[in-house]
Amino acid sequence: MKLLKFSGNLLAPALEEPLSEVMLDDWRANRQAHAGATALAIPNDASLGDIVEDLSGFSTVILTFPTFKDGRAYSQARIIRERFFYTGEIRARGDVLRDQILFMTRCGFDAFEFESGDANDALGEFSFAYQASADRVEPVWRQRLSRAAAA
Amino acid sequence: MYRYDEFDATIVAERVSQFRGQVERRLAGELTEDQFKPLRLMNGLYLQLHAYMLRVAIPYGTLSSKQMRMLSAIARKYDKGYGHFTTRQNIQFNWPALVDVPDILDDLASVEMHAIQTSGNCIRNVTSDQYAGAAADEIEDPRIWCEVIRQWSTFHPEFSFLPRKFKIAVTASDTDRAAVKVHDIGLRLHKNDAGEAGFEVIVGGGLGRTPYVGHTIREFLPKKYLLSYLEAILRVYNLEGRRDNLYKARIKILVNSEGATTFADMVEAEWAAIKKNEIDLPAEEIDRIRDYFAPPAFDKLPETSAALEERRNSDKDFARWLRTNTHEHKTPGYAIVNISLKPIGGIPGDASDVQMAAVADIAEQYSHDEIRVTHEQNLVLPHVKRDDLYAVWKALDAQALATPNIGLVSDIIACPGLDYCSLANTRSIPIAQRISERFADLNEEEDIGELKIKISGCINACGHHHVGHIGILGVDKKGEEFYQITLGGSGAEDASLGEIVGRGLSSGDAVDAVEKLIGFYRQRRQSGERFLDTYRRLGAEPFKEALYEAA
Repeated sequence: MKLLKFSGNLLAPALEEPLSEVMLDDWRANRQAHAGATALAIPNDASLGDIVEDLSGFSTVILTFPTFKDGRAYSQARIIRERFFYTGEIRARGDVLRDQILFMTRCGFDAFEFESGDANDALGEFSFAYQASADRVEPVWRQRLSRAAAA
Repeated sequence: MYRYDEFDATIVAERVSQFRGQVERRLAGELTEDQFKPLRLMNGLYLQLHAYMLRVAIPYGTLSSKQMRMLSAIARKYDKGYGHFTTRQNIQFNWPALVDVPDILDDLASVEMHAIQTSGNCIRNVTSDQYAGAAADEIEDPRIWCEVIRQWSTFHPEFSFLPRKFKIAVTASDTDRAAVKVHDIGLRLHKNDAGEAGFEVIVGGGLGRTPYVGHTIREFLPKKYLLSYLEAILRVYNLEGRRDNLYKARIKILVNSEGATTFADMVEAEWAAIKKNEIDLPAEEIDRIRDYFAPPAFDKLPETSAALEERRNSDKDFARWLRTNTHEHKTPGYAIVNISLKPIGGIPGDASDVQMAAVADIAEQYSHDEIRVTHEQNLVLPHVKRDDLYAVWKALDAQALATPNIGLVSDIIACPGLDYCSLANTRSIPIAQRISERFADLNEEEDIGELKIKISGCINACGHHHVGHIGILGVDKKGEEFYQITLGGSGAEDASLGEIVGRGLSSGDAVDAVEKLIGFYRQRRQSGERFLDTYRRLGAEPFKEALYEAA
């Protein structure tokens, strides 16, 4: 398995450090038994209503794309970043494709279990984005305002 | 109309480059068809029965003459000399070669057009009232909000892999020409008691194999919160919509399984949590977009045109076309002109390259450079001086574009059906042609009055048969084409779903059945009643009896 990490607008291959993973259900069933876990794996049909209590203490959250068409984890990542202000790593697992990594970074993912080599080309395909999202990229409307103010 | 600034232009140009790379990888054999499929489907390129089909977005149905000329040129250069206007205000080209598609997209980008999100499980082209900006009864131009939604939804990172496709329609009139109650989200701009404008938010309408009329989940949403509220709806749908069954994945299934009230509560809770994020546009940006939709500089004209009245009295054919194909404009001395793409015996929604070029010229000369596409598969010239109507009629008639049948029997919606579509069970176009030929007598059509016939070649209902006053659904029974009739549907402000009447009929019997139903209506109608009104007054039974008694 290959791992790419995103920082400073670049994807770079990362060494796979051993993660101690726990599934959300197992964690909730017995927190003490999993006290040493460093990564929380959240299924894409899990309700995130009270997830904030679970997040603290984990340096990695793993979200899953069972197939590339199943886009629930995009919403989960944004909620975890924007509502619960989680600052650790959010890792994408499963059917992670070159042409979707840009959407994933925009939603707050910053690590990818990605088999197919480099995906930096795909990240650079668009210079602008219309909407604000978890990546704090300045949306087009804000750039228009700044430009109008400067003019 | 809206014009791209450098941000819009860059995004569209980069999309074309990205797709060109994907096509090159496919042609070089680096991508298999399976790997290429999800990429081409993000850009409106389908593989149909006989060839690729490219669906081009016409945002909220608005075209300039320059854009229409480009569609004409593409039809001539890359297709077989025609294009097909669809019920979603798009145009489809049926015969492009894969290797040419990036060049077609470049040509489109040069006139500020694209094929972004015309397929795939994402937010599709936003549709609207074809009379927007011209209708006397609108609160404001709904296209301002369509453009706001277009930008927000373009490459939305969270909502590009929804459970299923997602369609939004916007109207700002009491008369609903955009079918907002049968969309995933319908937005109706109206005024509250304080005189402020806001949106009624209708969710979970739709046709397909499980048709529903949408539910209002919010009576009044202040305009400034439009995008955050939409984002809340889409997030609830993305997380909670079914993904285990393709046919139960639309938002209508979620809304109806949760119940509209519970669904509304889920949306309101999500909205409360995200409202403070910077999703909604500041007033300056909305004003910037609004400025593009400022009305053209209309002349100050008298209400009536003496030249027009003289022609009306002396030319019966012109007078008939005025009655059926023109509509009141909000500005004195102007009219809205409907261009029928339903010639008797023709293919609904098709236009040749020559016709498209002619419409572009006529619009440039007589309609402030603007053309609209309607969800009923016709075109509109929104701003024509009444003094010019005779010249416009003559020019349209010379291109077989003046069939006086808007809203009448032969103004039929039909899906492409088995002549093109890989999903269809039966053909639709030949049924439409035969009904149209059966009612070729325009006097008879006018006497019958408003009648909406809608034909789908399979249960996916692209021909909107559920909301036809008379709907026709093609079904395949052991390799034979049968047609099932539904009655009493409407996609307008009085939305309702048609009821199935009786067994499936052969194609010939289906055309006879339409004639019988219309005959019965003419016997039993009361003064001023449309077919739909008579049906609603009498109920299904007498119509069923009329249909089957002589059979």
